[in-house]
Amino acid sequence: MIPPAFEYLRPKTIPEAVAFLAQYGDDAKILSGGQSLIPMMKLRIARPAYLIDINRISGLSYIKEEAGFLKIGGLTREADLEASALIRSKYPVILDTAHVIADPQVRNLATVAGNLAHGDPANDHPATMLALGAQIVATGLAGERIIPIEEFFLSVFSTGLKPGEILTEIRVPIPPPRSGGAYLKLERKVGDFATAAAAAQIALDGKGAVQKVGIGLTNVGPTPIKARKAEEFLRGKKVDEANARQAGQLAAEEAQPSSDLRGPAEYKRGLVKELVKRALSRAVERAEA
Amino acid sequence: MIHKTSPEVGGMGHSIKRKEDLRFIQGKGNYVDDVHLPGMVYGQLVRSPYAHARLKSVNTDKAKKLPGVLAVITGEDLAKANLAWMPTLSYDKQMVLATGKVLFQSQEVAFVVAEDRYIAADAAELVEVEYEELPVLVDPHKALDPDAPLLREDREQKNNHIFHWEVGDRQATEQVFEKAPVKASVHAFFPRCHPAPLETCGCVADFNRATGRLTVYMTSQAPHVHRTVFALVGGIPENNIRVVSPDIGGGFGNKVPVYPGYVCAIVASLTLGLPVKWIETRSENLQSTGFARDYHMTAEIAADRDGKMQALRVKTLADHGAFNAAAQPTKFPAGLFSICTGSYEYPNAFCEVDGVYTNKAPGGIAYRCSFRVTEAAYLIERVVDVLALELKMDPAELRRKNFIPAAKFPYKSSLGWTYDSGNYEAAMNLALEKIGYRQLRAEQAEKRKKGELMGIGISSFTEIVGAGPAHTFDILGIKMFDSCEIRVHPTGKAMARMGTKSQGQGHETTYAQIVAQELGIPAADVTIEEGDTDTAPYGLGTYASRSTPTSGAATAMAARKIRAKAKKIAAYLLECNENDLEWEPGKFYVKGTPSKAKTIQEIAFAAYTNIPPGLEAGLEAVDYYDPPNLTFPFGTYVCVVDIDKGTGEVKVRRFVAVDDCGNIINPMIVEGQIHGGLTEGLGIAFMQQIDYDESGNVQGGSFMDYLLPTAVETPHWETAKTCTPSPHHPFGAKGVGESPNVGSPAAFVNAVVDALSHLGVKHIDMPITPAKVWKVLQEKGVAA
Amino acid sequence: MAKTAEQLVRVTVNGRERQASVEPRLLLVHFIREVLQLTGTHVGCDTSHCGACTVLLNGKTVKSCTMFAVQADGGELLTVEGLSANGQLHPLQEGFKEEHGLQCGFCTPGMLMSSYALLRNNPRPSEEEIRWGISGNLCRCTGYQNIVSAVRYAAAKMANDKTAPVEMAEVGGTR
Repeated sequence: MIPPAFEYLRPKTIPEAVAFLAQYGDDAKILSGGQSLIPMMKLRIARPAYLIDINRISGLSYIKEEAGFLKIGGLTREADLEASALIRSKYPVILDTAHVIADPQVRNLATVAGNLAHGDPANDHPATMLALGAQIVATGLAGERIIPIEEFFLSVFSTGLKPGEILTEIRVPIPPPRSGGAYLKLERKVGDFATAAAAAQIALDGKGAVQKVGIGLTNVGPTPIKARKAEEFLRGKKVDEANARQAGQLAAEEAQPSSDLRGPAEYKRGLVKELVKRALSRAVERAEA
Repeated sequence: MIHKTSPEVGGMGHSIKRKEDLRFIQGKGNYVDDVHLPGMVYGQLVRSPYAHARLKSVNTDKAKKLPGVLAVITGEDLAKANLAWMPTLSYDKQMVLATGKVLFQSQEVAFVVAEDRYIAADAAELVEVEYEELPVLVDPHKALDPDAPLLREDREQKNNHIFHWEVGDRQATEQVFEKAPVKASVHAFFPRCHPAPLETCGCVADFNRATGRLTVYMTSQAPHVHRTVFALVGGIPENNIRVVSPDIGGGFGNKVPVYPGYVCAIVASLTLGLPVKWIETRSENLQSTGFARDYHMTAEIAADRDGKMQALRVKTLADHGAFNAAAQPTKFPAGLFSICTGSYEYPNAFCEVDGVYTNKAPGGIAYRCSFRVTEAAYLIERVVDVLALELKMDPAELRRKNFIPAAKFPYKSSLGWTYDSGNYEAAMNLALEKIGYRQLRAEQAEKRKKGELMGIGISSFTEIVGAGPAHTFDILGIKMFDSCEIRVHPTGKAMARMGTKSQGQGHETTYAQIVAQELGIPAADVTIEEGDTDTAPYGLGTYASRSTPTSGAATAMAARKIRAKAKKIAAYLLECNENDLEWEPGKFYVKGTPSKAKTIQEIAFAAYTNIPPGLEAGLEAVDYYDPPNLTFPFGTYVCVVDIDKGTGEVKVRRFVAVDDCGNIINPMIVEGQIHGGLTEGLGIAFMQQIDYDESGNVQGGSFMDYLLPTAVETPHWETAKTCTPSPHHPFGAKGVGESPNVGSPAAFVNAVVDALSHLGVKHIDMPITPAKVWKVLQEKGVAA
Repeated sequence: MAKTAEQLVRVTVNGRERQASVEPRLLLVHFIREVLQLTGTHVGCDTSHCGACTVLLNGKTVKSCTMFAVQADGGELLTVEGLSANGQLHPLQEGFKEEHGLQCGFCTPGMLMSSYALLRNNPRPSEEEIRWGISGNLCRCTGYQNIVSAVRYAAAKMANDKTAPVEMAEVGGTR
């Protein structure tokens, strides 16, 4: 319940924050939303000697389209996504995702960047960003670096962020016309992590067949999973009942779930199959709307 | 006869708004953690990570050296004062702080006291404990194996068996089973769950060296019993102990036992001469305090071919964890489990329960139920449904055929209980009508043709609450009466104190309404107090739905004593004979001349200013009520579910709850209780379990995995009432707070099984998670 | 464990400026309860699930047990004690009383704060939106149903809309 003591630093700019990170290395942690970090500190699982609070850094909270990308700033909160007309109209898969993260209070503080940078395969945005083919912008002492999302998740709690780097922006390529996406999460109750979840983002060609597709899976492996075989199968095909089911089956085979308190591995695999199927159908509905 | 009072007076039946709400809605409640005393320090427990291990050493040097640490108490320290062990409410004993060995993960090993809780947390980490692991026993079915690890070396009896209890006629029952043309059985596990009130347990122990008095502010559902226990265990004179149970943030049975944290805080306060606050965290609450249920039950029914039930046989294995810390009336180690005959007539029945120790948290308590009644109600309602399946009979019709008929009450069951009153068929009929049962069965038949899964579950439960008559009921020897003391002031207002203790049940309102009903003094003019043992009359506390049946009755009886004296005063004032007077709430009037009257306010004033010769001044009374019997609330719940074949998710489409608790004091409050209890039942049926892996590591030891329903999972509850008063209660009331937790698990489970029964499913154990349902669907080949 | 340097925290609490020097690790909820001595905000768990500690910081609901007091420096805090103005109950507080939206009262301050934020963003929420809006607040006593009624009572009162029907929980009633 009570976290261990730490030194508190409150940088005013990103360079200042990055400098602190470089100075204190492994002894330091970034505090943004804190909704994953602080609970871990209260359980005394995380014990950083230095907390670098970046919440006062201005210019990091934005949702905008620019140069072919949707750009989400490193301090954009889940609640900001929920309130954004742009997200609601053009990126329903992101809205779906934000909606099912924790609860209203947590969403007021939790950041999208944190949800990705934490490296927890149970977090929701990773699968969605995989489906969207996003890019991560990492800022360190050497400046900015772009990491494709497919290379970002390395293993449990381990991402492509190098020591000393802060996740400062997420870039999502603006989807072509006739695009739609959906994120479906099965959870034991509101506020829980996913027993399993699936993100699907598709773009249809003029004939209604799949031109672009991305499928991401949550909490069914040591990292979020890009269901490449399922994606490959769908390219060029129409998403009818049979194809959706087959894609679900392929995605289920790519999942690597473990049995735990949320359910047996077999169940989670079954869920992947069902949720991918449903997410694809929903994505198509939205693409055709 | 119950007079109707005006809404301004607010007696029985009025849904007056709660008097206690004003402080809570303004954040001005006074819960134990809000208590702030000068010089107060903080305690925190150090707990064992192992489920079963020898305690090799406890090194407190580093912890003691941390600046701000005042003391570190170990089991060895307590042993010097003979306090390392304490009695439980079940005549077992429990370690306060471990000596020799630890018996469950999270068991209390040391207690650090520091200037603030942050330092206490740091100090707790610095206590160095050496353990030597021992083989772990978590399966109660293995507890009595010859090679099972011996848990309790402190007992004379060298095995893990706690008790064997039986009731009924074993032989006669067996004979019926041998000849019975139809038999049905079910093996039903009621998982270990936890009441998890939103406020955890805690206390501020304040020993005042100058006065020699110990005051303990405590999350206590039974402050007087706790005071007596502290006096007996601690050797402190009982008149020098004051227990104050202030506002309590929910109890549900969790705040009945005495926990090591309380004892440690008291010892620390005695040692330091300072107030010591101990508030447990949620994880500590879930992992070490009174759990509930954990009953492995088998029930068998022997019946005729036409569905008339002839015999019931029940065998149960009770897992009590490392210490039998159950709060049970002495004669009933398995509580009132023998209510398992439920709402039905069984000419023959036999029930036996064996309790065993395991390496788990000690208990169990009565979680929003009256002493194992939930387990019993769940079992009987499940096995009746299994019988219905066996006979291919509609479950409502099978129940109707076997209900104890209304005309047969008071009814003596073959397991020894005399049910006071009941009309089970009326309650069931109302529930079936409200849910639209016939249409639902038709809908189900249509859906089944299309391969869609929907189920309807019925639970027609009978409860037994209001423990209890002195001839049978005591806890640690203290008889289970309860009490009320009322004083009417000269200006006609009143104050009443009871031996019970509300944790949200609305006593400040409902007890005032009883006084209002009996004396006609507006409920708004009656102040109710509970929980301070210096001022409240002795009582056994609030749990097991006993307050209305015991203290509620005492309140009515005390009020009637006052009314009897008031009549004398009225006769004196009106210069007539007592026999010439009639009463209506609020006044006595001369028969035939209603204008010749004296109000209760006028009488109260006279009691201090114009006292009739021969009478003492004042207008007050005390009553200690020994209930002649328990009360038997009942009802029928009907639940409709739809199952998602792709994910196994169960959605509760509708839930109708018909409850009968006799005459109702405040319908709004009763309805609120039903909503709350049904929500707890929902959690238990679908989401909750405290489990242990083979090494005794607790699973579900925090809110991350012990899941409480939010407003989103909770459906809209539909409630209705029938009213069958209790013939022996002063105003015909029964308890009700727990009925919804007692009756609902079976309704939920019966509904899910009903959705799948056409596929051959007879039973699914709780918690019925989507994973479990999905597995069944896979096995039956009907998954999406 | 050496003590770390204390930090000055300045916050406007329920309209009043307050300040104190605190350890960085002091949780906001403890700051509120023990430094500011406003005990209406409660602690109900240790894993950030129950919402009993909910307050408004800079106009948004947060779980004060999952923030450090230092993070609130320079900000505006609204707790349950700040809901009533000039001795007048807020319509939400009135609603909770009228609709029996509380029993033990422990979750109530958190529920009030979440409902307050909900109604500010959505003055006429549906039942589903109310349940969603309080999904970060656990209650063990009420089963949420009367809390929903309480919020609707308040919404109607605040909208001062005499024509709209207010669905209040009927005593012993059904849907």
